[in-house]
Amino acid sequence: MRILIPIKRVVDPYAKVRALPSGEGLDTAGLKFEINPFDEIALEEAVRMKERGEASELIAITIGGSECEEQLRKSLAIGADKAILVETTSALDPSAVSTELAAWAKELQPDLILMGKQGTENDENQTGQRLAAKLEWPQATFASKIEKLASGFQVTRETDLGEEVVEVAQPAVITVDLRLNEPRYIALPGIIKARSKPLERATPKTALTVKVKTRSYANPPARGAGIRVNSVDELVAAIAAKGVL
Amino acid sequence: MSRLLLIAFDESDLNSCGGFATALGLPYDALLLSGNSTVGGEKIFQAGLTAIPTADTVAGLLAVFVHTYSHVAFVSSMRSKDLAARIAGILDAAMITDAIGIESPTTFLRPMVAGAVIATVDAEPPVFITFRPSNFAPAELTAGTVVPMGIVPAPGSKIVKASAKTAGRPDLSQAKIIVSGGKPLKDAATFETVLGGLADALGGAVGATRAAVDTGIAPNELQVGQTGKIVAPNLYIAAGISGSTQHMAGIKDSKVIVAINKDGDAPIFEVADIGIVADLFDVLPQLQAKLPGARS
Repeated sequence: MRILIPIKRVVDPYAKVRALPSGEGLDTAGLKFEINPFDEIALEEAVRMKERGEASELIAITIGGSECEEQLRKSLAIGADKAILVETTSALDPSAVSTELAAWAKELQPDLILMGKQGTENDENQTGQRLAAKLEWPQATFASKIEKLASGFQVTRETDLGEEVVEVAQPAVITVDLRLNEPRYIALPGIIKARSKPLERATPKTALTVKVKTRSYANPPARGAGIRVNSVDELVAAIAAKGVL
Repeated sequence: MSRLLLIAFDESDLNSCGGFATALGLPYDALLLSGNSTVGGEKIFQAGLTAIPTADTVAGLLAVFVHTYSHVAFVSSMRSKDLAARIAGILDAAMITDAIGIESPTTFLRPMVAGAVIATVDAEPPVFITFRPSNFAPAELTAGTVVPMGIVPAPGSKIVKASAKTAGRPDLSQAKIIVSGGKPLKDAATFETVLGGLADALGGAVGATRAAVDTGIAPNELQVGQTGKIVAPNLYIAAGISGSTQHMAGIKDSKVIVAINKDGDAPIFEVADIGIVADLFDVLPQLQAKLPGARS
């Protein structure tokens, strides 16, 4: 079984990110960039499938600038066999990304596309579903457990009400949620060692046309400073005074 | 021609659509996948499903049905994102996730980076939108003509087993009062007794942090935050919650946030309207006894 794992480069998900004063973008000065944490969980799951003998080849793919090589090198260190960097400096959206990924999936013919449910920068939660739609493959989103069946997968999905178990035939798109696994830690020597693995640079197969354009970025208004109380009686009075009961 | 279709999974979804439909200001119809409301727009298409099939089995049919509308909107939820993005993918249409404001029918506001930044985005119709109801002033939907509609799922992913809706407490995303807790609640029984007791006394819902869910203290559908539910109650009582960025992303639209924490330096105090540095096990039972209107 071949697994394709789309990887997104995002600003450090644990950093406090602000909009630039000009409103033209995010202020990422001095911040690190990482693999989108949901994609890292997807990659970890793919590596475990290979370790269990369920998968034979893992291909990581990223659409973006040359700086994304850093995240693809790390993906190779985590356990991808091969990485593809589809180089572009264009602004992207889930429509453009899913269209491009669909073109690559048609060429690479994976049995499974495993990816994060959303990127932590844009929080859009669309690319997996759009990609599945374009390929006319079944989808299972928000996976918290994946089991290989004879010619498909049994996926436990997180839902608004709790959990749901679905069966999907392969090829399929599965998007993963936080509780699927805990990704392994890769130290720097591991990343250096993975330099011998193949990283292919390619040009986009599609026009990368976006449907949604971001006009400006702003910081939301901060909540006003609150009060501290020293006893439960004061707390009760303060809550009652707000008129929200 | 500009026209909005509201797609609701059930009547509770539909009841949250009025504010958005009013703010967008276009003529509108509704498609109700389950339930039989007669209020919802000029036309109310009733699919009458008893169980909602998987997104990939109904998206194709819905794509054909919605293609005459300029705007197709859903209340933001996990299931609406699952379905809306699949239909948008089929139609190669624009999609706005988690809209929190409307500047014009082609310009929307949406949060990104866990709500740390608000983006203003432009999208040409047809546009799919999932919106957060708490950001739109409540408004009534109009009554209309009911049109029955058949939905026959196509082959695709199959549901083997699903959690059922639990009766009793209000839904987190619609609750007016939420009592929420973190890891200091120790175990599932303590969590239920201490938080659940106060929530029930106030007629509210119970929420949890990711840490509480990951350690098995609370079920995952109670998780509040960037990757859980986004809530906007009138009163959010955070007990033993330090206030990670991811958790705050889910609560900052609450009207009043109350923080109860032993650690006076916990970041939750920076966003709380009322804070008390104290042990939640001392405070919560007393609140239950003393808050006006609380049933004991």
